[in-house]
Amino acid sequence: MKVTIDNITIEVEPGTTILQAARKIGPEVAPPAMCYYEPLKASGGKCRACLVKVTAGSEKDPRPMPKLVPSCITQVQDGMIVENTVNEQVLETRKGIVEFLLLNHPLDCPICDQAGECHLQDFSFQHGVQQTRYEEERRTFEKQDLGPNIQLHMTRCILCYRCVFTADQITGNRVHGVLNRGDHAEISTYIEKAIDNDFSGNVIDVCPVGALTDKTYRFKNRVWFTKPVDAHCDCEKCSGKVTLWYRGDEVIRVTARKNQWGEVLEFICNTCRFERKNTADWTIEGPTKVARHSVISANKYGANKIVPEFARRLAASQYKDVHEGRDTSQLNIKQLPEERFKQLIPPAGESAVAGIRSIQNWADDK
Amino acid sequence: MTSERPKILTDKTHIPGIETFDVYRKNGGYSAVEKALKTMTPDEVVEEVKKSGVRGRGGAGFPMGMKWSFLAKPEGVPRYLVCNGDESEPGTFKDHWLMKTIPHLLIEGMIVSSYALGANTSYIYVRGELMYVVRILEKAIAEAKAAGFLGKNILGSGYDLELYVQPGGGAYICGEETALLESLEGKRGNPRNKPPFPAVKGLYQCPTVVNNVESIATTSWIVNNGGDAYAAIGIGRSTGTKLISASGHLKKPGVYEIPLGLPVQEFIYSDEWCGGIRDGHHLKAVVAGGSSVPILPAAMLLKTASGEDRLMSYESLSDGGFATGTMMGSGGFIAMDETACVVKNTWNFSRFYHHESCGQCSPCREGTGWMEKVLHRIEHGHGSMHDIDLLVDVAKKIEGNTICPLGDAAAWPVASAIRHFRDEFEWHITHPQEATRPGAIFKGHMELV
Repeated sequence: MKVTIDNITIEVEPGTTILQAARKIGPEVAPPAMCYYEPLKASGGKCRACLVKVTAGSEKDPRPMPKLVPSCITQVQDGMIVENTVNEQVLETRKGIVEFLLLNHPLDCPICDQAGECHLQDFSFQHGVQQTRYEEERRTFEKQDLGPNIQLHMTRCILCYRCVFTADQITGNRVHGVLNRGDHAEISTYIEKAIDNDFSGNVIDVCPVGALTDKTYRFKNRVWFTKPVDAHCDCEKCSGKVTLWYRGDEVIRVTARKNQWGEVLEFICNTCRFERKNTADWTIEGPTKVARHSVISANKYGANKIVPEFARRLAASQYKDVHEGRDTSQLNIKQLPEERFKQLIPPAGESAVAGIRSIQNWADDK
Repeated sequence: MTSERPKILTDKTHIPGIETFDVYRKNGGYSAVEKALKTMTPDEVVEEVKKSGVRGRGGAGFPMGMKWSFLAKPEGVPRYLVCNGDESEPGTFKDHWLMKTIPHLLIEGMIVSSYALGANTSYIYVRGELMYVVRILEKAIAEAKAAGFLGKNILGSGYDLELYVQPGGGAYICGEETALLESLEGKRGNPRNKPPFPAVKGLYQCPTVVNNVESIATTSWIVNNGGDAYAAIGIGRSTGTKLISASGHLKKPGVYEIPLGLPVQEFIYSDEWCGGIRDGHHLKAVVAGGSSVPILPAAMLLKTASGEDRLMSYESLSDGGFATGTMMGSGGFIAMDETACVVKNTWNFSRFYHHESCGQCSPCREGTGWMEKVLHRIEHGHGSMHDIDLLVDVAKKIEGNTICPLGDAAAWPVASAIRHFRDEFEWHITHPQEATRPGAIFKGHMELV
């Protein structure tokens, strides 16, 4: 099945969603996802961050779809043409979604444990505007303890339902759900009952914001001062494959391993997460690979050693000098919006130079 | 005069005791069940409904016969018919009236429709606030069952049907068909992402048809008199009759059965129907199809943009798109005279949608609350000029980007009120003291009829 996303055509299996196809191409064209979570069944379709424009439904029926469609739950058809980052309407709508998600979000990033690995932060940096037009009061909730190790700070919640699906699908009994309606809806354990389950800690990992946090790690450190290390242990309950987060020699946090989209690879048990906080409990495998754009990687990992990602390589291979001795003044050349240009070229400084050099080297090798 | 009008749903409602089985049966009730089960195949019933051209009366106006023909029919999987009696649209009260006045008409329709679709279990989902209607329906079902019109082997035809009434929890969102199905399954009433549509995966993941009370009640007349007779009533693709819940500043508000194609002017001013606007006042604006549809100024409602008389039909009401038209919706006809404040009314509608948003998808969850708060500010004299454009922008960002139509329903009234009554919003902002005085009437530029 062939699908074209932002003018890049890719071959995918039938049943693939637009989002998955876009992720195959690369992060530059992949729509953001705040609620969709691949390991969780039935997730997606709620946050509307991944809305894209389908300009041709399929080879057979090339009519455009009338509304923007959620790419995370819409399956591709053969010959489908999708516009994501090149469509004005999509980008405008996405700005609106950022604004909606931030309306009732407290923006207490300076004191939030999630800051630095927060999907909402990334999302609003990439797609939002700098100011809010919201002058009214924000809704607030009391903090709740879900058992001895998890804290729910509902005020920060964006109601993605990921933790609800986790509690439903990973843990055995259903005591975790949503109460009330509309912007007063709240995540709750019926009612304030502790989630007494060996896998309950996974709700912390799936939370895209700082609404569910690890009480054993709360306020201990900023995530960009810690060093993630892959490790494993012989665990009876789970796979035992985790990421340890070090401050100096001390393990201050244990989480499940995540892929480049922030999705948990294998869910881990509470014993691994909350109790095994000594290096002696673990077999160390090596440093965790962290995406270069992440704040966690700041000044730690040599940028020039990272192979440019697909879209960057594509851009480099297609690079042509526009001043090749012809008159281009008659051509209607559309400049890339400046924000996008900035995303393609890393920020100034040593690592930026190294990054550009690595792209050029790669292009030269070709 | 009145007797000439075709009556399909209201021809027996004046008979005393019509809510009981015996009276209903004596007046020709359940003849459609006898006719359908004894002389027609299910496909023939579907064909008659298709021929009639009857359109869904819940609001969307989708042709009912076509909806029925989309129903997937895999082997060995049960099919369901669900009747949507969760009527909670502000301004609409026709289903409530129909169910309490003549419950057997709905039950007869349910039997005929279930037979046509091959459903052996059917549900009537009734709005949670209407517990007394639930009791009326349950009593009527018990009577019908005792008379052999429900249960096993109905009238010796070999067709079985069990009919259940399920009260909802009182949430507006459960009137959305997939949220209704979730609620019926005992879950939180959150709308589902579509596709898959209920016709393929509906109740308990089985093929399901969800129809409005009025639509289903119509089917027994169609079976008795034929689809062509039904299609002869009405105008163009708007066939048959429609129940209109008229409310507001009218002399005779109430539920009326009108033949589609009736001029709006006649519906409002004729003594046969609403009898005009209350004495000494003039029509200012109308919400023609329940709170979700765009509000129109009186002049625009009575005449289309091309200067023709506007008719009570799906096509004529939506003539001109949202720029100069509105929608038939569920037939909640709210008339407002010059004493009504459009800003206050819009705020009130917004408050409703804020309260009823399920909170599943972000544009609706956050946007409805935002619009309500901004409108509250304008209405109470604390607004500023850029608030108006803000509202338009927020409405635009909600519209079309949500899982279910509640987002659209929340955005349209706000966007249309500003489109047609911008002056009044500006007056609230520039003259807050005047505008917030009790009984204040906007006397700015506006056409009254």
